[in-house]
Amino acid sequence: MTEHVATNETILVVGGGISGMTAALEAAETGKNVVLVEKNPALGGRTSQLYRYFPKLCHPICGLEINQRRLKNNPRVRVLTLAEVSGIEGDAGNYTVTVKVKPRYVNENCTACGDCGRAVETMVDDPFNYNLGQHKAAYLPNAMAYPQRYVLDPAIIGSADADRAKAACKYGAIDLDMQEETIQVKAGAVVWATGWQPYDAAKIQPYGYDRFKNVITSVEFERLADIHGPTGGKILRPSDGKEAKNIAFIQCAGSRDENHLRHCSRICCMASLKQTHYVREAYPEDGKSTIYYIDIRAIDRFEDFYQKVQADPSVNFIKSKVAKITEDEHGNPVCHGVNTEGYKRYTTPHDLVVLAVGMEPSVKGVNIPGHIVADSSGFIEADPANGAVFGAGCASNALDVNRAVQSATAAALRAIQVVNKVAKAEA
Amino acid sequence: MSANTAVAAKYRNNFLKEIEEQVEMGDWVKMCMQCGVCSGSCPTNFQGAWEHPPQELFMMIRAGKREEVLTTSSMWNCTSCYNCIVRCPRKLPITHIMHGIAEYAHRLGMAPKLQPTRFFSGLFWKNATKTGRVNELKLSMGLYFKDGFVQGIKNGMAMQAVALGLVKAKRLNVMELFGGHKCKDQKGIQAMLKKAYEIERSRKTARIAG
Repeated sequence: MTEHVATNETILVVGGGISGMTAALEAAETGKNVVLVEKNPALGGRTSQLYRYFPKLCHPICGLEINQRRLKNNPRVRVLTLAEVSGIEGDAGNYTVTVKVKPRYVNENCTACGDCGRAVETMVDDPFNYNLGQHKAAYLPNAMAYPQRYVLDPAIIGSADADRAKAACKYGAIDLDMQEETIQVKAGAVVWATGWQPYDAAKIQPYGYDRFKNVITSVEFERLADIHGPTGGKILRPSDGKEAKNIAFIQCAGSRDENHLRHCSRICCMASLKQTHYVREAYPEDGKSTIYYIDIRAIDRFEDFYQKVQADPSVNFIKSKVAKITEDEHGNPVCHGVNTEGYKRYTTPHDLVVLAVGMEPSVKGVNIPGHIVADSSGFIEADPANGAVFGAGCASNALDVNRAVQSATAAALRAIQVVNKVAKAEA
Repeated sequence: MSANTAVAAKYRNNFLKEIEEQVEMGDWVKMCMQCGVCSGSCPTNFQGAWEHPPQELFMMIRAGKREEVLTTSSMWNCTSCYNCIVRCPRKLPITHIMHGIAEYAHRLGMAPKLQPTRFFSGLFWKNATKTGRVNELKLSMGLYFKDGFVQGIKNGMAMQAVALGLVKAKRLNVMELFGGHKCKDQKGIQAMLKKAYEIERSRKTARIAG
């Protein structure tokens, strides 16, 4: 076996969400050297964009904070933000990975004081809030951002705004001459943890996500409920800012559909059940949730969570996949379909419709450098042909946070086994 | 033994299997996950016309409700708009299955006799195959008198203005009532159809037997 094993003992982790952070930390805490590559300016991924987790309804800030603390204390993990892998060469035990690092225009001197943000006038879309709001072009990616460093949007580079930001900084942290860099990283094994993206709801034509303002996605709803979100935690509908008290949740929006995503995304039922709690929390008196579903898939021990929501009189379950959505003269989205319990047609207006959109692996359609075996939905398979490139978290399957962490730990172990072989061969 | 008694004896309580084997596209029925998008997308108002929407029919087939499914008029109301096929998340060819079940019920002699779609289909087929050309006058007359002589006269009177207009515009020839126009090789068409009937009959008998 030794001839396959070369000299590199570093583990490269691609993607700095909950799975990537976990894989990097698990490997580093066993004494391995890890390079963690994240394309966004901060770690945390989609987990940091959630308002609360199911089933305990605690805030993701808590779990992420623990991981950030572990990262800070561990000199074995090197974190590269604004970085993307553009090529992988070599074999198991001996990879050379090309990484493109975009300029942040802010160096390590930054204290996150916020002076540059106050000085800059240009506003840009805020991807952390799924572009529901805007933020300054000199910004902290989110309140919990790791690293706690500001970023300058490339749009203002070369403008007076950039100079204002530079002038406002007392610490000499702004460097407008930063350029894109391409670096090479040696690695024995690669953990691919690039996560997922919400399915493009506009493709589900009868639901009119692209035509009706008050039809939003479940991930956007998370941001509406979050105090750091665009509405400061108030559940207001996008068209007129009216309080959205009568909310419809549409399950399998894109999932379990041969025309869209053929897999069950696993998290959406639990996510919608969880989100009914947000509605009741915001409007304890007259909040009303309606869940339109084919069947509720509250996987394994979450059944009790489902039963509690069922017992809630403010939540109504309708066994039906909504056929289409229209809009009435008051801007209310109207759900049309047939209730398969009794086979009666319904035409029901709501204040807001939340599409429980499916999980699309972010690796789908992306050319992962190297040869990667994926399943029919585009998730990375555990296949010997992948060499020492291991899928973790939602790059490998539709998983909730809990299961993504388990998957990441498993991937870390596989990567550790590879670099241990390398170490043995070198000894 | 009639075809109906033969298949009923063969499949006993397994109506799903009967549909799968005997109905065109019937093997798709088991793929339905009862989401309701087909019914919700149907432009016809099935509460008035359809007794059972498609996904209910599929469920009834699985539940073995043979008599109810084969005698209902529901699938005869399908207008073949294909909305359900386009939207079905499991890609079931619902329109084709509806026509398949309707044809099967007709073949077994269980379909409702005076269901308008069925009646019109029979009328059209007889009309068109007799001379190789559709005689529109006889076709509409046949439809008028579907529910009896008195109703036929009433229907005719109601359409009088339209008929006169058509005659004036030379779109309707009253003389068509006596014979009417034909295709060149009437005998050839009929011989062809006769052969087709024979092939169909032998295949379907084999299917029931096999």
